[in-house]
Amino acid sequence: MTAIEILDLEKSYLVGFWRKRAKLALRPLRLTIEEGEVFGFLGPNGAGKTTTLKLLMGLVFPTAGRARILGMEIDDPRVKSQIGFLPEQPYFYDHLSARELLNYYGQLSGMAAKGRSARVEQMLTRMGLSDAAGMQLRKFSKGMLQRVGLAQAIVHDPKVVFLDEPMSGLDPMGRREVRDLIQQMRSEGKTVFFSTHILSDAEALCDRVGVIHQGELRGVGAVAELTSGKQGKVEIIFYAPRVPAGLTSLGAEARVSGDMVNAVLPEEQQDAALEVLRRERLKLISLTPVRSSLEEYYIQKLRPTEGRDKESSKGAGV
Amino acid sequence: MNSRIGYIAFNTFREAVRDRVLYNLIAFALLLSGAAILVGEVSIDIERLVVVNLGLTAVSLFGVVIAIFIGIGLVSKEIEKRTLYTVLSRPVHRWEFVVGKFFGLTGTLVVNTFLMAIGVFLALLYVAHKFEKMDGWVLVALYFIVLQFLIVCALALFFSSFSTPLMSAVFTFALFVIGSLAEDLRGFARITHGVGGRLATAIAYVVPNFSALNVISQVAHGDAVPGRLILYNSVYALLYSAMAIAGAVLIFQHRNLK
Repeated sequence: MTAIEILDLEKSYLVGFWRKRAKLALRPLRLTIEEGEVFGFLGPNGAGKTTTLKLLMGLVFPTAGRARILGMEIDDPRVKSQIGFLPEQPYFYDHLSARELLNYYGQLSGMAAKGRSARVEQMLTRMGLSDAAGMQLRKFSKGMLQRVGLAQAIVHDPKVVFLDEPMSGLDPMGRREVRDLIQQMRSEGKTVFFSTHILSDAEALCDRVGVIHQGELRGVGAVAELTSGKQGKVEIIFYAPRVPAGLTSLGAEARVSGDMVNAVLPEEQQDAALEVLRRERLKLISLTPVRSSLEEYYIQKLRPTEGRDKESSKGAGV
Repeated sequence: MNSRIGYIAFNTFREAVRDRVLYNLIAFALLLSGAAILVGEVSIDIERLVVVNLGLTAVSLFGVVIAIFIGIGLVSKEIEKRTLYTVLSRPVHRWEFVVGKFFGLTGTLVVNTFLMAIGVFLALLYVAHKFEKMDGWVLVALYFIVLQFLIVCALALFFSSFSTPLMSAVFTFALFVIGSLAEDLRGFARITHGVGGRLATAIAYVVPNFSALNVISQVAHGDAVPGRLILYNSVYALLYSAMAIAGAVLIFQHRNLK
């Protein structure tokens, strides 16, 4: 079943002193995300990721187009009890404790009093916040606040979870925790739609990614496919104090790092390169085919294409 | 009351109560009541008059300051800090949020006024050594002050739904001052003719009539407040604040939360 269906959703703002100029924030966006999928929405800052999420949350209103979540229009009040949302750099009511905050959001989400407290305690334990549950949020660190943010997004056990830059500003440990949580959500069968500009996170977590730039969706693809494409090159790593002359003549791009050499060369030269290593009596460490990375896909999608970018620069200022 | 409105109202109340500024204002009001006692002691035979006048004026002014300064931030602060995002992404209608915020602040002011009123009555007991029948009218004056707070909160909420906190404070305070002179404005409108007269009449009837809600001087002199005025003022304050809240909801309903 389709979890999120975005049908030509578009947003422009009126800017300038007299509010007569229209600034396009999101070009007509068409995107479908299946239930149980983890979808990464990639793009540089100001690309339109947050605008898309705000449109789906009903925080801003579309100029044109519509969207459905779990088959319901986004302005259908029933949708809201099925979704969870973590905004970018969230700020919560800092006069409340983590327990009070989760209880408050549980109330607003329509959770029955019976079972709500137990669920709140369960979430606090899951996020590792049990010891600080009674402390006011103004005393929380950024990492702790992010965990509270994730807890509030799923306290009511939603089917679809939207996360806006969930790893932004976190230390490596915090990022690891958030990644684990998203993995858990996936194993629970939740649909996760998250925006990020950290490609390694997207590569590790997502089933599919979409790249957005200048308010325009530039491409959508399955991570497994995008990162499995061979480039017709192999990478050879071996022990040697310098790059053997025979390898350079095979067209290898090589660099010495300590007592190791890392060389990348065309796949058809693989046997000849191994022969050079045998001849020179050098010890091979690894030989792997070079695969395309998500980064290459991302950069390729962000690269300006003549006609489109002329048009987009015109659109942005109109 | 809709349960979500109740939860939002309670959270607003809890936030205000945990805000130290509110406690300071209560302390200041109590100090002012103390000052009333001092003035009462040095005045001859007019202790009651001075205590009621000063005490109720302090209750009114402190309450209005709280209503304006918390009221203007009710919506704008939530947008600025983005706390609103996690509320409106739940099954909460925008109108429920605005109405919940309004009830939360007015609830805070009712509790605040109740505490200040205790201070006023203690001061009265201190200077007069006993309560008299006419002291009952002080309760009516306090009720009218609460009605004023309803209107001020609603106006602050209305302005803050589309304006900056500073401008909202200026607009609300300006309307409070003009509204406190509403009776004079209506008198002026009656004796003015032509376009100026029509304009003065329009302004006089559009601005909230806070002067009709001010019976402090009357009750300080021990005069009774007619039952009809209590009814009219109640209906007027409820209608006026309902209209301001409806305006705030209408604007907020269509606002993009950028």
